[in-house]
Amino acid sequence: MRNVWTLASREYKLYFATPAAYLVAFVLLLIMGIIFYANVAGSMIQQFPPTIQGVLGPLMTLLLFVTPAITMRLLAEEQRLGTMELLLTAPVRDWELVVGKWLGGFLFMVTILAVTWLYPIFLNQLVNPGIDQGPLVTGYLGVLLFTASLVAVGVAVSSLFANQIAVFFATLGVFLFLWLINLPSQALGAGGGELLRYLDISDHFYNTFYTGIIDLSDIIYYLSLTALGLFLGSVFVESRRWR
Amino acid sequence: MIQVEELTKDYGPRRAIDDLTFNAEKGEILGFLGPNGAGKTTTMRILCGYMPPTSGRATVAGFDIIEESLEVRRRVGYLPETVPLYPDMAVFDYLKFMADLRHLPDAEERVDDVLEQVHMTDRAEGYIANLSKGMRQRIGLAQALLHKPEVLILDEPTIGLDPAQILEVRNLIRELGREHTVLLSTHILSEAQQVCNRVLIINKGRIVVEDTPDNLQARLAGAQRYSLGVRGEAEGLESLVASIAGIAHLNVRGDGSLEFETVPGQDVRPEVARVVVNHGYDLLELRPIGMSLEEIFLQLTRDEPEPPQMQEEMADFTSADEEMED
Repeated sequence: MRNVWTLASREYKLYFATPAAYLVAFVLLLIMGIIFYANVAGSMIQQFPPTIQGVLGPLMTLLLFVTPAITMRLLAEEQRLGTMELLLTAPVRDWELVVGKWLGGFLFMVTILAVTWLYPIFLNQLVNPGIDQGPLVTGYLGVLLFTASLVAVGVAVSSLFANQIAVFFATLGVFLFLWLINLPSQALGAGGGELLRYLDISDHFYNTFYTGIIDLSDIIYYLSLTALGLFLGSVFVESRRWR
Repeated sequence: MIQVEELTKDYGPRRAIDDLTFNAEKGEILGFLGPNGAGKTTTMRILCGYMPPTSGRATVAGFDIIEESLEVRRRVGYLPETVPLYPDMAVFDYLKFMADLRHLPDAEERVDDVLEQVHMTDRAEGYIANLSKGMRQRIGLAQALLHKPEVLILDEPTIGLDPAQILEVRNLIRELGREHTVLLSTHILSEAQQVCNRVLIINKGRIVVEDTPDNLQARLAGAQRYSLGVRGEAEGLESLVASIAGIAHLNVRGDGSLEFETVPGQDVRPEVARVVVNHGYDLLELRPIGMSLEEIFLQLTRDEPEPPQMQEEMADFTSADEEMED
């Protein structure tokens, strides 16, 4: 576990040393700000109070695009620099490397998410007598779980290529696939449709966390996806040794 | 310290190393000499636990490289061919990170120590991106020394250094060789001669020669090669020179000049000059040809009496070399 922490803290610090991470965070906050402003202004004209869903909805969608930009570096960069050889010949287990990378990326995402708390705080000031705290808390819990699983998938994809652009688009592709997989579910009828709905990464958020409900099965879904991502990442890293 | 038995590694259909068997004792500096693509890096990577061999076994510091990979990795300091550095990190932070990964209790002290050892203390706060190639090489070496490893594996440690730094690094390696077992690869023959206690020459994944540098030197000094040039048409010159005693491996080059090798231990130059002039040729040139590494390989394998198929292998040596560099 000590190695995981060593790797994660190096990774986390490195985000603050590179302009790319700041840029990504800035773009996320900027777009959220614009949408937030539009939401608040719109609800004032239409005479109904703005809700926390106006923050959570865009945040979830933006995370799909922001997370690959944050995770693409994690293992791909090591391969490009040749430092993979260093890490794989250090007394570090393959899974420690993958989990360390995941934790570093996840902690950085959590830092960005912490900054997005500004919007609920503003909202709370604007609305009388304050916003509904339930969906705020469950919403952010859901966002955290969602992010954890996205970063894990991102790390796994990052172990496959040495080129960061390739990693970015491959990761985005996987995310969008998971995001849209339930679209054909209505056409498939009961059995298959049910399965697709279960696999869908957004269904587990919008039906529950988004509306203030915590369902254990959703938590299990996101944690399983995280574990799957980390497991695949470890397998991919180990398979590099056999090439 | 290092024991390798029948180690073989295939990359798909290509066999990178073929049935390698050797060992290195404690306190020995073993040189791995060979052209690019000979299998030096592959062997070193296997010994460091970077990848498993296709077959065969090896132990490093008493631990099996496959079964007890982590134990091996704890005891080996490795400097890969492309020095693995993070350009975005400061030198000190990088070494501290590596020390932490190795769970060193006195990490910061050790970082200071190794920086001292490679004379980089004054650049500790600088970013790796701003270092020259030679400095990076030294930081890579520092990284390999952090945990006072029992076995040091250095892949081309002097590549990219200026002559003064090369001397420095060689001295450092010699110094380290007193306490550690060092396996180093190089394609510079003189480097192997200066630094190593024992040299393994490897080509196309096989050990061609294993000997001490002094013995190798003696073998090389034994035979010499010369270039012979005369004015105008050189008709009949070839058979004339071939008839002189003590000449081996004669051939005609494209420009009409001759190239020949002497039997070890004989200087036939005066005799050649006499014969050539006496037969009415205008002697323009008779000079020794410096041997390139490839020629030394050829030479060494030709002197090897037993394996006849080795010669063939050496013959397509150059083409194989190019192919592997791809």
